[in-house]
Parts: sequence; structure tokens; C-alpha cells
Amino acid sequence: MSTVRSEIAAGFDVQKVREDFPVLKQTIHGMPLVYLDSAATAQKPFAVIDAIRKFHEVDCANIHRGVHELSQRSTAAYEETRSKARRFLNARFTNELIFVRGTTEGINLVASSWGRHNVKAGDEIVISAMEHHSNIVPWQMLCEEKGARLRVIPMNGRGELILEEYQKLLNPRTRMVAVTHVSNALGTINPVRQIVEMAHQAGALALIDGAQAAPHMKVDVQAIDADFYAISGHKVVGPTGIGILYGKTRLLDAMPPYQGGGDMIKTVTFEKTTYADLPYKFEAGTPNIAGGIGLGAAFDYLTHLGLDQIAAYEHELLLYGTEALLEIPGLRIIGTAREKAAVLSFVIEGIHPHDIGTVLDRQGIAVRTGHHCAQPVMDWFHVPATTRASLAFYNTTAEIDALTTGLKKVKEIFS
Amino acid sequence: MVDDLYQEIILDHTKHPRNCHAMADATRSAEGYNPLCGDKLKLFIKIEGDVVKDASFVGSGCAISTASASLMTESLKGKTREEALKLLEKFHELLTTDTPVSKDLGKLVVFCGVRDYPARVKCATLAWHTLKSALGEAPETVTTE
Repeated sequence: MSTVRSEIAAGFDVQKVREDFPVLKQTIHGMPLVYLDSAATAQKPFAVIDAIRKFHEVDCANIHRGVHELSQRSTAAYEETRSKARRFLNARFTNELIFVRGTTEGINLVASSWGRHNVKAGDEIVISAMEHHSNIVPWQMLCEEKGARLRVIPMNGRGELILEEYQKLLNPRTRMVAVTHVSNALGTINPVRQIVEMAHQAGALALIDGAQAAPHMKVDVQAIDADFYAISGHKVVGPTGIGILYGKTRLLDAMPPYQGGGDMIKTVTFEKTTYADLPYKFEAGTPNIAGGIGLGAAFDYLTHLGLDQIAAYEHELLLYGTEALLEIPGLRIIGTAREKAAVLSFVIEGIHPHDIGTVLDRQGIAVRTGHHCAQPVMDWFHVPATTRASLAFYNTTAEIDALTTGLKKVKEIFS
Repeated sequence: MVDDLYQEIILDHTKHPRNCHAMADATRSAEGYNPLCGDKLKLFIKIEGDVVKDASFVGSGCAISTASASLMTESLKGKTREEALKLLEKFHELLTTDTPVSKDLGKLVVFCGVRDYPARVKCATLAWHTLKSALGEAPETVTTE
């Protein structure tokens, strides 16, 4: 397997790929930019930038209502992204893909629409110890409102979920299991197929937070059998403010609307409103049309590069980076799961991540420092914060070398 | 260059923070929190009459916030409440404006480099926000957000 993976990775022309990303060709504080913060947001290729520009320059109109040419063009382009999302996530039906602002809104939609109508006092929602705040807080709010109980799957020292403990948490009161596919703070790739299956056996539904998985691996929502799966456009080299929530038709059909307004209705009178069919029932108001069209270009771009190729190349980067970082004395990697995406979260003894981040920035290196919107993860590892270098397919081994050189400078200053 | 930020005195106070301990006979204390980086700080002051007789802190934070707390506690001793608040104001000006550096700041001028690092201003001001709270000018627990 790993030989095959290396061979695929060897055929990946990263220099050619980098030509597609204009932002990478700049200097920061006089040094070439080394962008290692793709888990926060990915950079955008020309294909996405051009699609957004073309929409504003040539096709700009509101969607779904006009009979005029521009409106038809913009509607077609926007709706085409829904079809692309279906293929990207391998959903069965196009109407199972709901446009949202991002993963956070997708989760809130489910917690609010499904949750308020299906969760009652005494019920239980299961999340995991490595969730981003966006997959904690909406469920917490729901539990508080309903008098339900939030339960948490623990993890081991590597940052892997302990499935035996998860099994013990499941019971007839469990209504929903909401777990991340890939941890943003640790890089752990969770066995979501198994997690979903276990939830289903207990009679619960499963929502998977796919924000960090979708940019790095082929996602198949039917194979995972997720009831809901949420992704953010800006993590998959698309624009901010747009994302996709996948849900099974049968569930979405039974759910009440999330927000009311234009576009989500069939008929409105002051006595009674009838709601639109899927997916429009969940899409009130004029959406982020340019973002949706840009997202379609992003799906095309990643599909053209090949998610398997991307995953193989990034895995090689991860191995290279892990080895390079471990050579730095006093450095500890937080998150050492056996199945891991290209995230290198670390601490250096005696040096605060913020100081590391500032010194690296002055060398043109962009990393994230802080709690990564996953404070419970930090608490679990007894660190206030970490420095996180998150890699994407446009990064190079030379950039990892720049990071290690940068960290040596950090150590010189603070030792 | 980054050395403008991490000047010798700052690094010295980071590695060997002064007055870094709890104070059993403090007359006032307050807690500060910087949600952005997770820095936490508890400040103790002992006021007799109108004068700060002693000041100390405990907490965990980055180099800038630790050095700032250390240098602040040093410079507070012997100041009246009003003088302390005046100093706070001057310190804030130092970090956030281009006004000429005030002589009253003494050693605190080493933080002038923070001006060029807007993301780090909150680190340098955490201790001072907490002071404001300890002096009764802000809620008991302050955050920099």
C-alpha cells in the first residue's frame, strides 16, 4: 500500500500545481511566503478566482426567479455546483445537497431543525473529545434547551478515539452521534464508517463533520452511510461563506425548515405558507451565488488533480515533516494517530506558541497558533495552545525545511 | 527585524519573571484571560493608604505577556492609584499610537516594538487590563476580547 502511495506521490508535479495559486508567489517580510495554514483556510487557484470574476463581470443576476438571460445563466451555474457536490461527495440524489455558509451552519441546521423536533428530555447526543467548537456548541445548546445529555467519546494519548468506550456510551436514549472525520487540531482520521455503523446499530443517527476531510481525501457519503455530512467551501480551495450540507432525503424531507424567507416557499398567504421541496426548503433568501459558483470550480479543480493523488502526496509530506520536526530538541508533536492527515501540531518546551508564530511570521512562514477552536483538545493534552503547521498539496518539502530552519531561529532567540 | 520585539530586557523578564508568586496578604486581586492565545494571569496588589506597596502575579503566557506582567509589577511599586492608572494610559498609548515615547514609562519603553505587531498588542496589555480590574476600574475577570 505504502509503495503504491509513494509511486503515486512521485508522479505529482507540485511545481506545476503551485503555478495555479497566485497568492503563493509573494514575499512576506522580505522572505518567500511559506503558507502552512491550510487547515484554517486553503489558498485559491486561478480557476476559482476566475469563475467568481466571470460571474461578476458577465453573468451577475439573482437566481431562481428571473426569466431573463442573466438570471438563467447564474441559476444554471449555481445549480451546476449542486450536481458537482453530489459527485464530489458521491451522494445519491442532487436534492440531498443543501447550500449553507459552511460546516458550522450545516451542523447548526441539523441541530436546530432535526434536533428541536426529535430530541427530548433524557435523550443523549454523543460527540467526541476532538471536536471543533462548531461540533460541540450547537449540540450543547440543543441539550440545554431540551434537557438532553451530551456525552463525549474519549481519546487515547495518540489522539485516537477509543471505540470500546464509544460502544459503552451508546444506548437506546442515544439520538445522534456527531463526530469529525478528520481532527483539525490533531490530524487524526477517524474510522467514520465504523462509527456510523455503531451509531445505527444503537438506533441513532450520525452526522460527520467533513470540513478537514474533504480537502484531503475522496469522500463517499454513501459508503460511510452518514446521515448528514457537512463541508466548508474555503477548505477545499473554494471561497469563504459557502459550504454544503449533505443529508439523506428521507431525513431532510421530514425536517422542518431552518430559516424562513424567500426561495424556500411554494405559496405564501397570511394564513398559511407551504414550503418548497428539497433542497430549497432549507435555502431561504438570496444565497452566496458567487461563492457557490466558485465552489463548483473548486470541486472541478480538486477532481481534476485527483483526490487519491492529493492524499498520497500529502502523506509523503506528512512523513517528511514529522521526521524533520522530531529532530528538533524539546519539540513534541501533539496528535500521533496511526491514521493521520497532514497536520503537524506541536509544542516546544518553554516557548509559547504565540512567540513561535511571530518569529516564524517574520521569516515568511504562516502557521496557526492557539487552541484551534478545540479548547477541550488542548485541555486533554494539558497544553494551553499549540503551533500548527497544516499542509496542503501545494506545499513542498523545501517549505518544510524552511519551517525547521525557522524553528531553529526560534530556539536561538528563546534558549 | 524580530529582535525589535524581543529585546534583551523582555527576554530576560520572560526567562526570569520578577514578582512571579501568589501573595497571601494582597488587598486586591484580579484575573485576566486572553482567549486568543489562552494566556491566563492572576494579579495581586497590596495597597496601603493610596499607595501600591507590593504587586505580584502568577499565570502562564507567551514571552510578551509574561515580560509585561513582570515589568508592570516592578514599576507599580510605590505608585499611587492615580499614578498607576496614568501609567496604564501611557503604556497603552505606547502600544497603539505613534505618539513620541513618554519618559515616564521608564523601562517599559522596551515594549515599543509591539506597535509593529498588532496581533501581539493584547499579549502586552493583558497584565494592565487585569490591573485596571484589580484597582476596581473593570470587572473582576477581564478578557482581552
